[in-house]
Amino acid sequence: MNVGPAQTVARRQTALRMTGISKRFGPVQALCDVTFGARAGSVHALVGENGAGKSTLMKILAGVYQPDAGTIEIHGRSHTLANPAEAIEAGVSMIYQELDLAEHLTVAENIFLGAEPRGRLPFTVSHHQMTAQTRQLAERYHFDIRPDAKVEDLPTGDCQIVEILKALRRNASIIVMDEPTSSLSERETVRLFEVVRQLRQQGLAIVYISHRLEEVAALADEVSVLRDGRLVHSEPVRQLDVPRIVHHMVGRELTDFFPQRNATVGDVLFEVNGLSSEAGVCDVGFAIHRGEIVGMAGLVGARRTEVARAIFGVDPKTAGRVTLDGRELNVTSPAEAIACGIALLTEDRKRTGLCLQLPCSWNITLPNLAQIGMQRLIRPAQEHRIAAEAGARMAVRWAGPEAPTDSLSGGNQQKLLVARWLLANSTFMIFDEPTRGIDVGAKAEVYGLLNRLAEQGKAILFISSELPELFGIADRILVMRRGRLVGNLTTKETTPEQVMHLAAVEEN
Amino acid sequence: MSKVVRQLLPFATLAILVAALSALEPDTFLTTENFLNVLSRSSVNGIIAMGMTAVIISGGIDLSVGSMLALAGMVGAGVLLKVGGPAAGAGACFLGTVVGIGAGLLCGLLNGTLITKLKLPPFIVTLGTMSAFRGASYIINNSKMFDVPMYTFLGQSTLLGVPVSVLILAIVVLFGFFVLRYTPLGRYTYAIGSNRQAAFHAGVNVDRNLIAIYSMMGAFVGLAAMIQTSRTISAQPTAGISLELDIIAAVVIGGASLAGGRGTVVGTIVGTLLISFLRNGCTLLGISTNIQLVVIGAIIIGAVALDQIARSRADTP
Repeated sequence: MNVGPAQTVARRQTALRMTGISKRFGPVQALCDVTFGARAGSVHALVGENGAGKSTLMKILAGVYQPDAGTIEIHGRSHTLANPAEAIEAGVSMIYQELDLAEHLTVAENIFLGAEPRGRLPFTVSHHQMTAQTRQLAERYHFDIRPDAKVEDLPTGDCQIVEILKALRRNASIIVMDEPTSSLSERETVRLFEVVRQLRQQGLAIVYISHRLEEVAALADEVSVLRDGRLVHSEPVRQLDVPRIVHHMVGRELTDFFPQRNATVGDVLFEVNGLSSEAGVCDVGFAIHRGEIVGMAGLVGARRTEVARAIFGVDPKTAGRVTLDGRELNVTSPAEAIACGIALLTEDRKRTGLCLQLPCSWNITLPNLAQIGMQRLIRPAQEHRIAAEAGARMAVRWAGPEAPTDSLSGGNQQKLLVARWLLANSTFMIFDEPTRGIDVGAKAEVYGLLNRLAEQGKAILFISSELPELFGIADRILVMRRGRLVGNLTTKETTPEQVMHLAAVEEN
Repeated sequence: MSKVVRQLLPFATLAILVAALSALEPDTFLTTENFLNVLSRSSVNGIIAMGMTAVIISGGIDLSVGSMLALAGMVGAGVLLKVGGPAAGAGACFLGTVVGIGAGLLCGLLNGTLITKLKLPPFIVTLGTMSAFRGASYIINNSKMFDVPMYTFLGQSTLLGVPVSVLILAIVVLFGFFVLRYTPLGRYTYAIGSNRQAAFHAGVNVDRNLIAIYSMMGAFVGLAAMIQTSRTISAQPTAGISLELDIIAAVVIGGASLAGGRGTVVGTIVGTLLISFLRNGCTLLGISTNIQLVVIGAIIIGAVALDQIARSRADTP
């Protein structure tokens, strides 16, 4: 269906007004006198770098934290949201980045979790009613979802729909979405946008947190920028000026977002031929030269991560030859790959990247004990010093190398991983979505780093779902579709449209 | 602040307990003899708890240690008698000791191999071997025990006034401390327990390290089994029934997390001593063993509850 553009939605009444909100955690002033509102029937985007205070503000709205000062009005009534239950009661629903669903239950069971309709017998639940009501709800909002499907069988995009239905079932009038598209494919993103527009038309107030300014431009009616705990800027999206928003987010002009590429491309360093794996990679072949950054594009399901996993020895190869620096490799585990000089910065830093409870220094040296001469005996003082230097090189913000890794913000955790692999001094480095979920400033640092690594003569494979950054930094772009390599293009001679066409359109 | 409190909690509890007992029973409790006695009684549990600490840090568990203790003791004592006869000399005793330790090591190797190669949960594998090892220890001598009256060195003799078993415990504790803090094996144990996938992607050979940890656990149980055999001058197929629970309790009281990634040798030894002193104190005060069980249960729950409270305070930003 076609919902009219944002401008035509009539100005509605204020659904939410947060006034003069301040919050301090120990020495850190997380929020300072923030005033923020959202109108019914509109989408208000909230942007800002990591640590700017977006999450804290939204957690105050969700009743998780109590503000030190300030008031919250919902539909004109003043509320003190002492806990999440009171926030839900007041009509506020949060949809967090990490979805909050019981995977083994069905869609309907998740939607009615904690409020199951009673059956005829005491202590029983009426599955019939639950399913029927879920179907009704889904139909009312034109969502195509089966109430009896198990959540674990659903793609991520559908899980988000379930979360939204859960919020609607609770009669939410204000829905907060935190980075909802970060794990969605292009197609799912488009569908989510439609859903959000639906909700707006039904008169809900949506607070939309995102790093992606294109999304803000496409979806929001208003945008507010938080920086260092203060609301520094608000404007209607109809006049959205992306460079100005970026300027407000980082507090400085990003005159050149991408670095000047100066690396001289040398001879072939890494080459793979006929690579296939049990995880669905099929006959992939490409070469990367010294000093070259090769991007890899593709939609969800294109098996880009699986290519990296097959090269790195995570997934078993079923066919294929890999050569590094003229030497044929037969890598069957990450340990062997690292020993050969290959590094993989995985896309999911929480699941496959870091040991979050352990000290930062341990995470930096984990794959590098042999590299720093501690393969038999660990010398803690020396390790501490090496980790401190490695962290300082990446400007990691931490209390020290001994700080627990989970005390770092997401962007700093990412830097910690980069610091780890820089210490490994690998000749071929694979970066899988290194800029996902980090703020604009940190992204620019990652691009600068890739450039410097290339200048040192390393070969780099850069997997990304964001075409602008591939076009901004890569010398060549590989395009994957359904486990096959369908394009190997020189960046200067191609267009984003051509890449997207290769990635998305099945040839007959 | 809270972090320091959290780490000092087991020490503080132990110190308070010792102080209280010293005040209540100055004549019987606060003596070198009694302390050495408690330490000597702790040696079997303490040695096994060292192995269990590594296993629990790796995110695993070993329920089979009690049965393994019986089996290793029976094998060691059986070989000792077979080689040396009823009046076996030092050579046969030494051989029996080595064989007992080796038997434990093989049991641990079996656990580790099943866990990694068949990709089974440690809880299930060691639940199975708990039963199997117990059965095997009965089979060895038709459900009867082995009497080894000459086998007294490990459990009953002293060196410079200190019981040999206490010296062995001290060596094992130092060894465990060294392995966990200064070797890649120890480092990888923490990494595997904290996030197995991340450790694997960082090049840690997860299977090899887990097998090493369970084998070390087994060797420690074998050593403890021979000390136990020597203390009672007999190997009994019924030895160590429900021992695994005492061991796990000591490790958990010492601050280790059953979810993996957290735990220390020092904490574990404090946890072991806490349980031992509590038993000793209850005996001296004439409190019945039935009440002792209730008190130890309360301490386990209380220690972990206090730890949780300290953690949740520390985690609030």
